Amino acid sequence: MCIGHIVRGGVVIVISTNILRTPSLAEPETIYSVINTVKEMVKFSNQGEVTLEVNPTILEKAHLRDFKSAGINRVSVGVQTLDSNALAVLGRDHTVKSALECVHDARVLFPGSVSVDLIFGFPGHSLSAWKRELQQLLQICDKHISLYQLTLERGTQLFKMIEKGLTKLPPEDEIVDMYKTAVQVLKENGFERYEVSNFAKEVRYSTHNLAYWEGKQYIGVGPGAHGRFVVQSNDGSLERHARIQTLEPDNWMWEIESLEELLALGMRICWGISHQRWNQRCPQLSLYDIFNSDIVSTYCSANLLKLDNRGLRATPEGMDVLDSIIPDLILLLHQALAR
Amino acid sequence: MSRSVATTYCKQLLQTSELCCLPYDLSEFPVEKIRNFSIIAHVDHGKSTLADRLLELTGVIPKTNDNQQVLDRLQVERERGITVKAQTVSLFYEHHGQTYLLNLIDTPGHVDFNYEVARSLSACQGVILLVDANQGVQAQTVANFYLAFESELTVIPVLNKIDLKLAKPDEVLVQMKNVFDISPQEVLKISAKHGTGVEDILKAVIDKIPPPTSDVSKPLKALLFDSWFDQYKGVIIHMVVIDGLLKKGDKIASASSHKVYEVHDVGVMHPLEVSTNTLYAGQVGYVITNMRNTNEAQVGDTFYHENIPVEALPEFKSAKPMVFAGIFPSDQSEYNSLRSAIQKLTLTDASVSIHSDSSPALGQGWRLGFLGLLHMEVFNQRLEQEHNASVIVTSPNVPYKVKIHGAKNIKKYGAEEIMVLNPCNLPDKSIIADFQEPVVMGTIIMPDDYLGNVTNLILDRRGLLYDQTYIDDKRIMVKAKFPLSEILIDFFDELKSMTSGYASFDYEDLGFESSSLIKVNFLLNGSPVDELSLICHTSKARSLAKHVCAKLKDIIPRQLFLITLQGAVGSKILSREDIRPLRKDVLAKCYGGDVTRKMKLLKRQAEGKKKMRKIGNVEIPRDAFIKALKR
Repeated sequence: MCIGHIVRGGVVIVISTNILRTPSLAEPETIYSVINTVKEMVKFSNQGEVTLEVNPTILEKAHLRDFKSAGINRVSVGVQTLDSNALAVLGRDHTVKSALECVHDARVLFPGSVSVDLIFGFPGHSLSAWKRELQQLLQICDKHISLYQLTLERGTQLFKMIEKGLTKLPPEDEIVDMYKTAVQVLKENGFERYEVSNFAKEVRYSTHNLAYWEGKQYIGVGPGAHGRFVVQSNDGSLERHARIQTLEPDNWMWEIESLEELLALGMRICWGISHQRWNQRCPQLSLYDIFNSDIVSTYCSANLLKLDNRGLRATPEGMDVLDSIIPDLILLLHQALAR
Repeated sequence: MSRSVATTYCKQLLQTSELCCLPYDLSEFPVEKIRNFSIIAHVDHGKSTLADRLLELTGVIPKTNDNQQVLDRLQVERERGITVKAQTVSLFYEHHGQTYLLNLIDTPGHVDFNYEVARSLSACQGVILLVDANQGVQAQTVANFYLAFESELTVIPVLNKIDLKLAKPDEVLVQMKNVFDISPQEVLKISAKHGTGVEDILKAVIDKIPPPTSDVSKPLKALLFDSWFDQYKGVIIHMVVIDGLLKKGDKIASASSHKVYEVHDVGVMHPLEVSTNTLYAGQVGYVITNMRNTNEAQVGDTFYHENIPVEALPEFKSAKPMVFAGIFPSDQSEYNSLRSAIQKLTLTDASVSIHSDSSPALGQGWRLGFLGLLHMEVFNQRLEQEHNASVIVTSPNVPYKVKIHGAKNIKKYGAEEIMVLNPCNLPDKSIIADFQEPVVMGTIIMPDDYLGNVTNLILDRRGLLYDQTYIDDKRIMVKAKFPLSEILIDFFDELKSMTSGYASFDYEDLGFESSSLIKVNFLLNGSPVDELSLICHTSKARSLAKHVCAKLKDIIPRQLFLITLQGAVGSKILSREDIRPLRKDVLAKCYGGDVTRKMKLLKRQAEGKKKMRKIGNVEIPRDAFIKALKR
C-alpha cells in the first residue's frame, strides 16, 4: 500500500494490490510509475509521507533500495511475530531472521521512518512469550510500532480450524493482559499510544493512518481498495463519498454516516476529536450540544472520557473499553440530530 | 382459515355430486334406529384412522389412499398428529335389512383435553374402546375408560393394529382383562389402517350399544355439547336432541341465559354441514342461529322451544385452566393486533381463560389459562400460524390460592380467598393465613424394570405414592399425587427418557392443597426485579434461585462495572452470581480494510442499547428474563 500525502488540505492516496494487506508484490517499477503519476497530477510536498507496507521476505527485502529510488520514504514492516512457530500458525512465508534483517536494512535506508507491525493473541500465544517478544522488539525497532490483535475473518483457514475445534485462541483474560502489558511496557520505553493499536516515539505518528481516523480524505487505488473523499455533486453541493473498488450503487455517505465514522474513529486517537475538527463537519451542532448528558457525565466521573475545551476524548482507561462507550455516543448523536 | 382449507379438501374428496341434501329423510330414523357413540383411545392408538375407515365404509367419503384423518381439520392437528377439537359425523349403515343412523363423536386423545372428552361422551350411549395391540393398555386408555364407565356407557372393546409384526394381541388381551375386566371373547380385532375387521365394529355398535332414551313426542330438549365459530355463519352449535324435534325457523331458548334465538339452519355433519331442516329426538347435528358470540354457547346448556321450558339437564362444571402463561406482544406497538388475534382464536376455543396482565419489562399483555401444557403450545402455534402473531411467552406457571387474614386486608383484596396468577401479585407473607397449590392425581403405566428410577423421579417431584398394581405380568400402574407445578414442565419428557419411551402418563385435577410455599425474589446490584419473582415450594427455593442466577449470568452481557445477581426469600439471600466487569473492549485492529463493517457493528450495538432495559445501572436485553424463566 502506497500513500501519497499532501500537507494542508490535500489528498491521501492509498494504493493496494490486494485485500490482505500484503501489497508489495508489486514491482518497484509499478510503484515508481504510480507515485510519479500522482506527483504529476497533484502538488506533492517534500514533507509528504510515502509509505509502503513490506512483507519481510527475502525478495522484498532485496527490493528495499529500489523502493527508495521509486520514491518511498517510509516503510511499515509486517514482522507479525518474533516466534518462528507462530509464523506458521499465521500463515506467513517469511522467517524471523529475514524479518529482523529487513527491519535493520529498512532503518538504514529510511532512518526514523520505519514502523514494525506485530500480531498478538493467536492460537498458541502466551503472555510470557509476548512479554519476551516485546523486549526483543524494543531492541530492534525504530520509532513506530503497530500492535494488532488477531481477529478471525470468516472464510479464512484459521477460522475454519477454530470452528472445527482443531485449534483455539488463548483465554480471553490472557489476551486482555497481553494488550495491557504491551501498552504499559511500551509506555515505559518512551512509546506513546496515540491510537488504540499504534505507538510512536518522539511524535513520529503515521500520517496516513491519521488520515483515516481524523476523517480526512483518501483515495483507494487497486483491487479492494477503499476511499473517502469529497466531490462536488451536480447541484454544486459538496458530498463526502465512500468508495470501495467494487460496483457499489450508492457512493455518497449520508451526513449522519460520515459523522458516525468521524466519532467512532476519532475516539480511537488519544487526543480525540477537537471542537474545531468537529465543527468543520458538523457546523450545526457542537460537541457540547450533543454530548452534554448524564451518560457522558457518568463516563467522565468514572475517568473514562473527557469533554472539555479541547474536545472529546477517551482517557487511557477509557480507550481500553472504547467499544462499550461508542454505541452510547452514537445514540447521543442520533438523538441530537433528531432534535 | 384452516376450516376453509379443510372444506376445500373435503370437497375435493366428494366425488359424488356435492351433498346439498342428504339422500335420507331424517324423519325415517326413529330413536330405535339411532346409535350415538364415540371412540376412546390413548394417543396414537388409531382413533382418527379408524374414524376415516368408518367414513369410507359408510360412503361418507370415497375410498382412496388419501383419506388421512379427515376429521383432524386444524393445520396444527395435522402437523402434530393430534386431535384438538372434537368433530361429529353422521353415518348411515345397513344391518339386518335396516338402515341405521350412527352418530360418531370424535374425541381428543390427549390428557389436556379430558374436558372435551367428557362433554362429548355426554351425548353418547356407548364407546369403542380402542387399544393398540403393540403398545397395549396405556394411561389414557384407562382414564377414558373410567370416564365412560362412570357415565354408564356401553363399552365395545377393540384391539387395533393387529397387522403389525410387533403386535402382542394375547398379552394385551390379558391386560384388558386385568384392568377392565373385559373377557377376551368380547374383544374385536382389527387393523384400522388396512380396514380389516372394521365392518364388524359397525355391526357391534348397532347390536350392543343401546339407542338413546329419547322421546320425539315430548317437548324439545336439546343439549349443547360443542360450538364452533364461522365468520360468515356465526356460532355453529353442536347439539344432541334429547326429546322432541328441532326445525328450521324454530325459536329456541337457552336454559341458562333465557336468551331466545332463531334457528336459521339445522342439519348433520356428513362430514361437513349438510342441511336437513329438521333434527329428531336422539339425533346429533349442528344448529345455526343468530347467535354471534361463542360465549353464549355454554357447553352443557339445555335448549327448548321458546315458552315451552323443560327440566334442564345437569350442568357441567366449566373446564378448569391448569396452566397459565403470560402472553405479551414482542413490541407494544403490536398490542392491538395481538389482542384481536387472541380474541379470534378464543372464539373457537372457549376453554382458554383470559385475564389482562402487565409487566414492567414487557408492558401490557395477558395471562392466559390453558387446560395443559400441550393446549398452551397448540394455542401459541395457532397464534403464529393462523394469525401471524409474534409473541413473548413467559414461563408457564400454575395458579395459587391464598387465604388472607385481617378484616382490613380482606376488604382491600375484596375476598378472604384470592387466586394468584402472577407472582408479583402475591400479598405480603404476613397477611397470608394459608397458601395452597393445585394438585393432581397422576397415573403412570410402565414395565416394572423402571420402577426404581421412576419412583425416584416421583419423589423428586414431591409426588406422594398412592397405589401400585400389576396390570399384567410385566407392567405396573402407579398412582401418585403431584403438585401440578412439578409436572408441568419436563416431567413427561424425563419420564419418557428414563423408561426408553415405554411409560405413559395421565393426570386429573384434584383441587388445591395447603403447602409450604414461598416467593423467591431476584435482585440486580441490589435492585429487585419484579418480573423474575417466582413462587415455589420451600424445599426447592434454593435450587431454583441458583438456577435462575446461573442462567442470568450467561444472558446478561458484561459491563464496565461489577454486576451482582442474587436470589432471595425475604431478606435472606439464597444464591449469588457475579458478572465481572470488562477490562478491555476495544478492537486493536488495523484499518487497512474498509471501516464500514466495523461501523455497522457499532451502529447495531447502538440500536441494541436503545432496546435494552436499565435496572439501576445495569443494561439488560429485552428477552433476558424470558430466557431466564424458561427451564
